[in-house]
Amino acid sequence: MADSVHIPDEAETRARWGSFKWNEENQRKANEILGRYPKGREQSASIPFLDLAQRQVGAETHTQGWLPVPVIEFVARAIGVPYMRVYEVATFYTMFNLAPVGRYHVQVCGTTPCMLAGSDDVLAACKNRGLVKGGTTPDGLFTLTEVECLGTCANAPMVQINDDNYEDLDYDRTIAVLEALANGQTPEPGSTIGRRASCPEGGPTSLRQMVDANHDYRGEWA
Amino acid sequence: MLADRDRIFTNVYGFQPWNLDAARARGDWDNTKALLELGNDKIIDVVKASGLRGRGGAGFPTGTKWSFMPKEPKAERPNFLVINADESEPGSCKDREIIRHDPHKLIEGALVAGFAMRARAAYIYIRGEYIREAETLFAAVAEAYAAGLIGKNACGSGYDFDVFVHRGAGAYICGEETAMLESLEGKKGQPRLKPPFPAGAGLYGCPTTVNNVESIAVAPTILRRGAEWFSSFGAENNRGTKLFQISGHVKKPCVVEEAMSISFRELIETHCGGIRGGWDNLLAVIPGGSSVPLVPAAQIIDAPMDFDGLKAVGSGLGTAAIIVMDKSTDIVRAISRISYFYKHESCGQCTPCREGTGWMWRVMERLRTGDADLSEIDMLQQVTKQVEGHSICALGDAAAWPIQGLIKHFRPELERRINERGGDLAPMQEAAE
Repeated sequence: MADSVHIPDEAETRARWGSFKWNEENQRKANEILGRYPKGREQSASIPFLDLAQRQVGAETHTQGWLPVPVIEFVARAIGVPYMRVYEVATFYTMFNLAPVGRYHVQVCGTTPCMLAGSDDVLAACKNRGLVKGGTTPDGLFTLTEVECLGTCANAPMVQINDDNYEDLDYDRTIAVLEALANGQTPEPGSTIGRRASCPEGGPTSLRQMVDANHDYRGEWA
Repeated sequence: MLADRDRIFTNVYGFQPWNLDAARARGDWDNTKALLELGNDKIIDVVKASGLRGRGGAGFPTGTKWSFMPKEPKAERPNFLVINADESEPGSCKDREIIRHDPHKLIEGALVAGFAMRARAAYIYIRGEYIREAETLFAAVAEAYAAGLIGKNACGSGYDFDVFVHRGAGAYICGEETAMLESLEGKKGQPRLKPPFPAGAGLYGCPTTVNNVESIAVAPTILRRGAEWFSSFGAENNRGTKLFQISGHVKKPCVVEEAMSISFRELIETHCGGIRGGWDNLLAVIPGGSSVPLVPAAQIIDAPMDFDGLKAVGSGLGTAAIIVMDKSTDIVRAISRISYFYKHESCGQCTPCREGTGWMWRVMERLRTGDADLSEIDMLQQVTKQVEGHSICALGDAAAWPIQGLIKHFRPELERRINERGGDLAPMQEAAE
């Protein structure tokens, strides 16, 4: 958090995003979000609104989106708080992009459980495919970020690309995922070795009756 | 091994659908009205008698926590339940399985727990990176509303109870309960000073209880099967069943529900196919997520996996996130990477943590390569003691403990690296940030 951040606030950013407002679909979502919090507590919507705004910017630019200053100002107006109250939230949370990113945001987990399982190989695959940590490829396709634990440790190593996880990776399977994305395909999310969620590889050691049927165990309760 | 009939999370691997119809067929939302008719205090008594201790790491008795809430909330200051689904502790991946495969256990638990503590609503704070999991949770909550299970006159009980889902945006610290409340109020996730405790003044200044997903999701089953059933598992003071998450150098990493106090050896042999390269190849284990000290192989193998058993070997159960390391592991790098994690996740509010986490990480990196002086091992130990206990929340402690565990158990390895590198190198001079 001590790392300083720079949010571009140039004339061209203002020209492009100065008139930002919700599109019709997101206006509906924004109203729904506000409904979750008590009256007078609209500030609670700061994180959901920033996320929604980043997604709208992403949709308009065919990327994963980011938060230009005029967009942060829009969110601040929408929840009725000073710009600084939203700016400090945007800079605090890692999921908010403070500069433009590519069409695919490749977030490789490098924390210890993934490191033990081979995240070095995943990062090496990204590097050899031309991705640079903290940067976007010249074709605008891939932005690479090393992130902290994404809570998928039993399926390590893993990468989150846009809204989906790719798990149980190694060097070759990472390359395969990136190649597929570059070719305009959408690889099947989840385990890349065909595991069912966090079930032990090769089949469950418990609850085997659940594999084929929605078993109700209540009849066996003592 | 725990019998399948005694497992609470029967759909933990998601072989079957998560939706309401499938969940009902498995026994969720089965006459929940009758559970509520037990009455607020009786529900709390059963949960107390079951011996359930909080599943988020600290292990505080759940029923006792609920009993701290005001018995007669005022209309302008309602009680709130906040459910901590900000699963971010490295090694932890259990709440994710509950949310994406058994969300109705959580929502039913929210109603039961919320009713018991006389809460007006529950907010489920789910970490921002759980994007698909949040989609499932939103959909499950919508199903429960549509079926009249929550909302006005929930389950026909006459009790009005709302459940809201709130997504975070990537900050480990928001798993700390007061940071979570700040974040829910739309601010930076920086922990609050306690007191006042959340049960007195929490979300929006109202009485609030923050519970882990697993603690809440097991409550309906405990009420249905009775406190005696739940407390028949595990050792005294460590009762119940628990989702264990095993990652690292086992043959088959997995998430699995087992009885508390199961031995490390039995857990690994039964569900994980053993240690990679055999038991002689085991180096050390971090038994409770990144913030607890590591335990060397010899001490962990026959240790019971529970709060007291792991405390006895100088560590803790935490969230039961078990990180296994075999002898191929660069143990200094493994701990140094954890130090980097805490440096990255420090919220910056308290100086000892903000500066200390970066300082500790930089020294750890030099110890990793041996580019240090022998005296710096003790200096690092002293710095961890100055960070520990000197911050508002426990993140400072969590950053200190893994390093203390490394120095305690692997000092010869640290000394070996320094000696091989030359040993008399002057410490590298570096500014604080």
